[in-house]
Amino acid sequence: MSSQALSQNKERFELNLGPQHPATHGVLRVKLLMDGEYIVNAEPVLGYIHRMHELMGENRTWAQYLPNMGRLDYLSALSYNLGYVELVEKMAGIEVPERAEYIRVITTELNRISSHLLWFGAFVLDLGGFTPLLYAFDDREQILDLLEAVTGARLTYCYFRFGGCYNDVEDNFLSGTLAFIKRLRSRMPMYHNLVTKNVILMQRLEGVGPISAEMCRKYGATGPVLRGSGVNYDVRKNEPYSIYPEIDFDVPVYHECDSMARYNVRMDEIDQCMRIIEQAIAKIPEGPVMAEKVPKMIKPEPGDYYHTVEAARGSFGIRAVSDGKNQAYRMKLRSPTFSNLSLYQEASKGMLLADALALMGSLDLVIPEIDR
Amino acid sequence: MNKLNVIDELKALAAEGMPAAPEVAPVAPPAPEGEEGAAPKKAAPPAPRKNGLLEVVYAVKGVHVDVQVAVDQVVRAAQIIDGAGMTLEAITGVDWITDKELEVVYDYSFTGGECFRVVVRTRIPRDQPNIPTISKVFPGANWHERETFDFFGINFEGHPQLEYLLLPEDCDFHPLLKDFKGC
Repeated sequence: MSSQALSQNKERFELNLGPQHPATHGVLRVKLLMDGEYIVNAEPVLGYIHRMHELMGENRTWAQYLPNMGRLDYLSALSYNLGYVELVEKMAGIEVPERAEYIRVITTELNRISSHLLWFGAFVLDLGGFTPLLYAFDDREQILDLLEAVTGARLTYCYFRFGGCYNDVEDNFLSGTLAFIKRLRSRMPMYHNLVTKNVILMQRLEGVGPISAEMCRKYGATGPVLRGSGVNYDVRKNEPYSIYPEIDFDVPVYHECDSMARYNVRMDEIDQCMRIIEQAIAKIPEGPVMAEKVPKMIKPEPGDYYHTVEAARGSFGIRAVSDGKNQAYRMKLRSPTFSNLSLYQEASKGMLLADALALMGSLDLVIPEIDR
Repeated sequence: MNKLNVIDELKALAAEGMPAAPEVAPVAPPAPEGEEGAAPKKAAPPAPRKNGLLEVVYAVKGVHVDVQVAVDQVVRAAQIIDGAGMTLEAITGVDWITDKELEVVYDYSFTGGECFRVVVRTRIPRDQPNIPTISKVFPGANWHERETFDFFGINFEGHPQLEYLLLPEDCDFHPLLKDFKGC
């Protein structure tokens, strides 16, 4: 911010962004203190769709809590399903058949692509480009159809069970997924030509909204935000779970720390997701999709347990405290965007309002997951 | 980051607070000692856990190191962990109503390389839930502490803005306390 812009007149005003504003992608309110077009202070105000999921975890059984996992981050619900069932399997010592693990990875990665596609469309929409949204939704629609056929839901999935998956996938799901990947591969160059190399987009994003690796560390930011700041950290690699160690994929890392870097990380992740799915489909074994002995009433050993997975927006952690009963004593959900958004106040200081919206879009916010 | 340094420093810190509690082996090098001795650490009927550091089995618990410190040591614990280049994942509470205590739990992890997770916990009396803030060490703690204040009514002393974050600004209850009966 130029010093002139501030000093010429000291007139500052407050501006409310949201709670109902298209750029906030949900009911998020940002209290802005403005000096002309420049932001002096931006304070996110949360809680408009707070539903107290953590209390719900304490008054229903472990299995009854499963549907809640589809309602945190409704754009990549399967990652949250996966984190929760893996935690309970760890607590109760349940083995999962290999076929089920492969199905979990295939569906979760498909869900990650659909989440990134929606982010892509909505982000470019924030910046004023309407058309890419329609293309992205066209591709996303195919994923929703594929997932609907196996999970029975289009958005709020509740597909994984303790010890496996709700049902087996059919061959036409696998062949349909491969056909979809072929189609999306052929369309990625189009996206890059249409959007990534678009000079307007480049000028809106390059150098805008710098977030250093140190800032990420101080605020606990993870996921594409952290990887766009040059830190090679992905829970799937650093703390492998499920069958990810058997699969060959790269973690895209960009060192520019700006909004363009975060954009590039997510676009490259779509390619990596496709690689993961192809390998998983090539390797998927025959066999059961549910473990044989899963206790009807799960009563884990008393103690506390932690488990993390890589969701589309960063590392999602659950800390569960069991007192040996069939319900959790305490269920803490550590959602990635909560931490990612907490750095917004510091990162947006002195930015132009329009740039700050680009920065907000590049954080990929999903409000129900922040408010929980 | 040197894991062993962090473990040693935290161990020394936790040992400071207690006059004599030899059960948790303050001298043992970071090795199997007392690994599954950690099992009953949460059960209510046995005596509450003493301050000290436990190296727990990662595959079972999901963390590598579990350390309980005194209330006035949480800031120093955060500084040790910050100095090692680790990051704050979350802060939360647990209401141990039968012990008349609240537990505050800090989750730390390392994002710069090999996975390393540390959980720091402390217990405070339920009727005087005061604890120093660590938001000066980790600015990200600001929101986590506000959330813990919402849910448990824990007063983080020195916090720059201890207001309701997720709950409505005019509410007068703390939903995760075990004696909360709905509203």
